[in-house]
Order: sequence, then structure tokens, then C-alpha cells
Amino acid sequence: MTISLTPSPSLQPQGWLRYLSFSTDHKVIGLQYLVCGFLFYLIGGALAGAIRTELLTPISDFLPRETYNEVLTLHGTVMIFLWIVPVVNGAFGNYLIPFYVGARDMAFPRLNAVAFWLIPPAGLLLISSYFITGAAQSGWTAYPPLSITTPATGQIIWILSVLLLGGSSIFGGINFIATILKLRRPGLKLMQLPMYCWAMLGTSILVVLSTPVLAGTLVLLSFDIIAHTGFFNPALGGNAVVYQHLFWFYSHPAVYIMVLPAFGLVSEILPVHARKPLFGYTTMVYSILAIVFLGLIVWAHHMFTSGTPPWMRLFFTIATAFIAVPTGIKFFNWLATLWGGKISLNTAMLFCCGFIVNFVFGGITGVALAQVPFDIHVHDTYFVVGHFHYIVYGGTVFVIFASIYHWYPKVTGRLLNEPLGQLHFWLTFVGFNLCFAPQHWLGLNGMPRRVAEYDPQFTLINQFSSAGALLMALSTLPFLINVVMSAFNGAPAGDNPWNALTPEWLTSSPPPVENWVGEPPLVHEPYGYGQQPGQLNLDSTSGRELWAVGQSESS
Amino acid sequence: MRIPPAILTLLTGMGLVLAGLWIGQNVNLLPVDASANAPVYDELFKVLFSIGTILFVGILGLLIYSLLRFRRRAGELGDGIAIEGNLPLEILWTAIPAVVVLFVGIYSYDIYDRMGGMTPLNDHSMHGMQAEQRTWGGISPVSFDGQEGLTPLPVDVTAMQFAFIFHYPDSNITTGELHVPVGQPVALQMKALDVIHAFWVPQFRLKQDVIPGQPTLLSFTPTRAGSYPIVCAELCGPYHGGMRSTVIVEEPDSFAAWVAKNSPNASVDTPVAVQS
Repeated sequence: MTISLTPSPSLQPQGWLRYLSFSTDHKVIGLQYLVCGFLFYLIGGALAGAIRTELLTPISDFLPRETYNEVLTLHGTVMIFLWIVPVVNGAFGNYLIPFYVGARDMAFPRLNAVAFWLIPPAGLLLISSYFITGAAQSGWTAYPPLSITTPATGQIIWILSVLLLGGSSIFGGINFIATILKLRRPGLKLMQLPMYCWAMLGTSILVVLSTPVLAGTLVLLSFDIIAHTGFFNPALGGNAVVYQHLFWFYSHPAVYIMVLPAFGLVSEILPVHARKPLFGYTTMVYSILAIVFLGLIVWAHHMFTSGTPPWMRLFFTIATAFIAVPTGIKFFNWLATLWGGKISLNTAMLFCCGFIVNFVFGGITGVALAQVPFDIHVHDTYFVVGHFHYIVYGGTVFVIFASIYHWYPKVTGRLLNEPLGQLHFWLTFVGFNLCFAPQHWLGLNGMPRRVAEYDPQFTLINQFSSAGALLMALSTLPFLINVVMSAFNGAPAGDNPWNALTPEWLTSSPPPVENWVGEPPLVHEPYGYGQQPGQLNLDSTSGRELWAVGQSESS
Repeated sequence: MRIPPAILTLLTGMGLVLAGLWIGQNVNLLPVDASANAPVYDELFKVLFSIGTILFVGILGLLIYSLLRFRRRAGELGDGIAIEGNLPLEILWTAIPAVVVLFVGIYSYDIYDRMGGMTPLNDHSMHGMQAEQRTWGGISPVSFDGQEGLTPLPVDVTAMQFAFIFHYPDSNITTGELHVPVGQPVALQMKALDVIHAFWVPQFRLKQDVIPGQPTLLSFTPTRAGSYPIVCAELCGPYHGGMRSTVIVEEPDSFAAWVAKNSPNASVDTPVAVQS
């Protein structure tokens, strides 16, 4: 039976104006997150450009020293709290999760809109602090006593801004948990959900458990700054290491808040373009849950040089290294998903494969960093800078781009230009590796992070790294041209250009308000691609395949 | 006759492992080693580098091979084969990383123990240290018990924005550069005056945060004469990048001459204990 609803007169603005409104449509909110996040990505990228320009020469000659520290603080904060976390969670989560559970919207649509509309003011507050009084200078980690002794106004604005963004993140997390657990279409079991739902469920659990700890910590830090309390101020009997424990109790899970949704998105994109079921669904689910659990008990590996007791170092080494096991399962499963597929090497697929290469590299240096003696040498050096950019840029940002190429036809009804996309990928991939791979060597050989000046022996390698950063900046141009031009002139995509099976493709492109005109489809097998061996469709089979089948049957 | 694929796979794997081991042993990414624990560190580095190279090249090779072999050729339609999983295979690639990670963890524990890092911090009496004062440390001086007859050279380190100040309590020298003799253990007792700093000598493979309110111990034995940078590795303010100093490792004779030349005790009225 098809229920058709007569559209009631809407109180919401129609057309493009709804993207600037307090819309409660999850698709509008998802796009709001994405575009807003991308604007902040451009700002964060410009800040990174300033850093790489300063590091062209071994002396501090491009920015005033205080400004340099403000720039690196803003770069980290903007990229984490205003670009990656809102986009992989807020943008794709809002757009996709209601489709995946067969719902017409999120569980709490108004809370959803509130969560988004906290972000622009918080972001503008953060950026404006630079122009008003000077931004925070203590890095995105804001370790006391430095954060207590640097100019207070910028630091307080930073705290306020991060509190707002943390609040937004918590609202989003609650919403995702409620939507995934409670709004599933009747008949849809948890183990039939697309993998991104599991990733978002795990991520949201991490958000809800750990973000309040960061909020509490920053409130205490603000007391230390404004009211001269002594929670973290050693001069007043406080303990600076306690701050580090509390901070990393959020900020290590924050890494998984950034990469788990990316893992989920890759699990959606790979099977579609490889035309194969996702390999090992069940183990993928359990490995997400294992990463969530382990992610909560590894935070002190950021503090191996802070004077932690030996037993604690041993425990956190083993726990951290063990995250490699569930993460490794996911990567092997993706490789197995590709194996035997009919892989179309389009831009979305290339960015996914770039993600696999970069993240495996970052994961291997991560296991090395988990080892206390190894970490003692390279902690707080450019080795760590290289490592975590391989995780958050090479990992997550590559997946964001893959997702944009994959879902752009759904959102706009038009395809992105493929040659421009391939140009975008290769510029990004080469630029990224040129920028961050040499930084590992810099760290091993003695260049600490967060410096505006360095030993002249590192000049050449830093210039290579800056050249890579320039390539990354240039790679944004074909992307921007592509996204804008294709919105008007792109090839019409139809409703389902990839022949995908997940529910967001089983409606029009762009989808109507409330997602489906009729009843939501019940998708039990979101990855039901592929044909059984021996059941080849003769119309669509090449002679080579028939030969291969004959081989395997005769052997 | 074709060569069976299993044989080719086996040979590729063996080649990969051998190449990884060779690269790990022969590609040197580290600066010169100048302390007793640096060669121990380098041993761990080589093992991790070998394992990492094997894994990375192996996965990269598998990915590129899949992309080339299973790519959609022009005119091809249809799907791949419907394989949804393989439990024994999954168990295999859960077990192998688990074993590797466990091995690496235990091995690095052993390395850390040999570097002196696992020694309890509060059950030994150090020079000039109040008994009830809690101290923190990375590498502890007791680990050099094996080298009997060499008493550690005590040095007090004060880290402040934006310099390290070194004070030799035995000879009452205060200096901005650290002078140490080759072969004698050095026991740093470090404190920070304002914000967190970190004492790092890349050639010693040692780093220790110096946190205000926490007296911190760090020990090392220099093994190679020369000048090496001391780098502050924790963001400590606008001039963080300029907070660098030098450690000069000298032969015992020239170190003794340096002490004799610079000791204020030689010319001042206070009686002198003979420097070591």
C-alpha cells in the first residue's frame, strides 16, 4: 500500500534560502554542516599555509612569534573542531543515517538544528579572537601552566568556543544514538544496517562518554585563568599533569571520533564501486566496538614523557598497540572486498584507496609511537606531526573527498566531472605525501613540533614539505571548480548512477522532503552485490570470465 | 606447465620479508648515537622499521595488484563474485597482528627495561634529594649499577622561558651549556620555573618533560665525544623554537680541565670539595 501525503503549507523557507534557515530537515542540516565545515577548512588551510611559509627558512621571519603560536593553535582547533568532526559526523551522519535506518528524519530534528547552529557562532568567535585581542597561543592542547600565563582573553574565547563546539557534538551524538536505536524501520535488524550506522553508533558513544570530560576540564581551566584557582596551576598547589590526563581522556577518543565515521563511509563506498558485498560484515561490526572500547583506555600514551609511573606506561603501550588488531581487521576486510571485484577506478574509489595507503602508513607509525622507548625519542617532534596528519588528513579528509564524489549525484542529481576529479586526487595524493612523509625524518633527527625556527640543517627537507603543502592548496582549485560547475552543468545522474543498493539511492536525486514519496524501502541486504560463482549472466560477461569460470570448475 | 600460484605467492612473501629485513637493517634514518641507551633504542627502531616496511609494502602491493587485476575493463558490465566473508581467513588476520603486536609490546618493554625506564622511581636515594619529596623521572640512574666504580655526575637543570641553566653542585659551576665526560653516568635533577619544558637530546634518544612542581630525574651515559643539541620539545611560549642549547661530551681529561677552569670555588673563599 502506498500512502501519499498532501504537502502541507510549509513554515520553512523553500529554495536555496532554506540552507540559511533553522531548517529541521536532516538533509538540509547535513549540507549546512558540509558547506560550513568546508569554509572553515579553507581558513584552516590558509593557516597551515602560513605555518609552512614560516618554515621555509630556519629563522622566524614571516610572522611575529606570538602570531605564529596563535596561528598554529587556530589551525589545530579549526581543523579538528570545525572541519573534521562536524563533517564526518554532522554532515554525512545527518544526511545518511535517517536513510539508512529507514526514517523520515532524525529522532530530534530541532536539537539537530540547534547542534548545527552552534557551530557558525562558535567558529566565528574563535576566528574573531585573532582580530580582537589575539587568539590563544598555547596550542590546541592548551596545556597549563602555559595556557594560564599566555594572554587570558584569547584563551578564554578559545575555551568558550570549544565548549560550544563540544556541546554541538554531544547534541549530535545523542541524536544519532536515538535515531539508530529507536527509529529503525520495523523489520530492520541492527545487524542488517549499513556499516556507517555502526560506525556512527560507536562514534556517538565515544562523543557522549568523553566530550563532557573535556568540557569539565576546560571549565576548570577557565577558573584557573579567570578566578585564579589552582586546579592545574603548580604555583598554587595544582597539578599540571592532571589536566593532561583529563584532556587526553577526550582527545584521544577524538581521534576515533574523526576516523570511525570515515571507516564507515569507506565501507559504504568500496562495495558499490567494486561491485562486491562488504567482506566480513560481522567482524567489521565487532572491530568497531573493540575500537570504541580500546579507544577509551589508551589516553596516557600522549604522556609518556610527562613523568607517569612505569606500570602505567606499560599498560598504555599494550592497550594502544592492540588497537592495531581491530583496525587491521577492517583494512584486511576492505582489501578482501576489492579482491575479485569489478572495480571502477573513479575518483571516489581512488580517494578511498588513497585513504587505505595513507592510513596504513599512519597506523604503522602509530604502533611504533605506542612503544614507550620509541616515543621518548620522537614525542613532540615533527615525527608526531607527520603521523597524525597521515591519520586525520590522509585518513579522514581523503574519505571526506571520496564521500563528496560518491554522494554528490544524490544531493544534486548531477555527476561531478571525472577528469577534474582525477586531477584533484593526484594533486592531493602527491602533495600530501610530499608534505608529510619528510616530516617523519625531521622528527627523528631533531626537529621539535610547534617551532617557528629550527636548526638550519633541516632547511631543505622543510622546503620539500612546504612544496607539498602548496600542491595540496592548489589541489583545492580543481575541486572547487568541479563542485560549482557541475552543480549547473554536470551530466544528469539519474536517481541511482552507481546502481547502489543502500536505501538513500532508492529515492529520487535530490531526495524529497521526508525522503521517500511512499513507504520507506526495507533493505535487508545493503551490500547484496555480486553474483554467485557459476551463475554468470551471459549477457554481461566477457569471454575472459567464461574462461576463468571454466578453469575454476575444472580444477 | 604453469607455476602454481601458491608457489609464486610464497616466493613473493619470502622476498618481501627479506627485503623488509634488509631495509630495516640498512636504511639509517636516525642521527648519530651518543649515549649508552641510544644503540638499544636503535635496535628497537630497526625491528619496528623492518616490520613496518614488510606490512606497508605488502598491503600496498596487494592493493595495487587488486586495483589492476580486478579493474573494470572497457565494456565490462556486471558484478564481482558474491563473497561475503570467510571466517578462518578472518581469524587468521586477527591472530597474526595480535601476535605481532604482543611481540612488539614485550620486546619494547625489554628495551625500555634495558634503557633503565622501568626502575621504580622512589626507592633509591639520590644526591641532594629530600627523602620524602616525590620525584618523577624517565630513565633512572640506578640502571647504571652494572658500571661499578663510576659514580654519577650530578647536574641540576633549571628550565625556564627560554633557556636551560645547568648547575654542577660538586664544583659549583653554573652554565648555559652542558659539559659532560665520556663514559661517566650523568644524573640530571631537573625543575621548571614557569611552564612545562622538555629536555631532549636527539643523539641520546632521550626526552623528559620538565613540569613545574615536579622535580624530575633523568640519567644517561654519554659514549661519544662531540657537541649535540639540547632541544626544548614542549611548546613553552613565543621563543620556544629558540630554546636550544648544547651538550658537549668531552674526554675525561678535557672535562676535568673545563671544571678546573670554570669552577668559581678555585678563587672564592668557600672551601672546596674535590670535583670528581
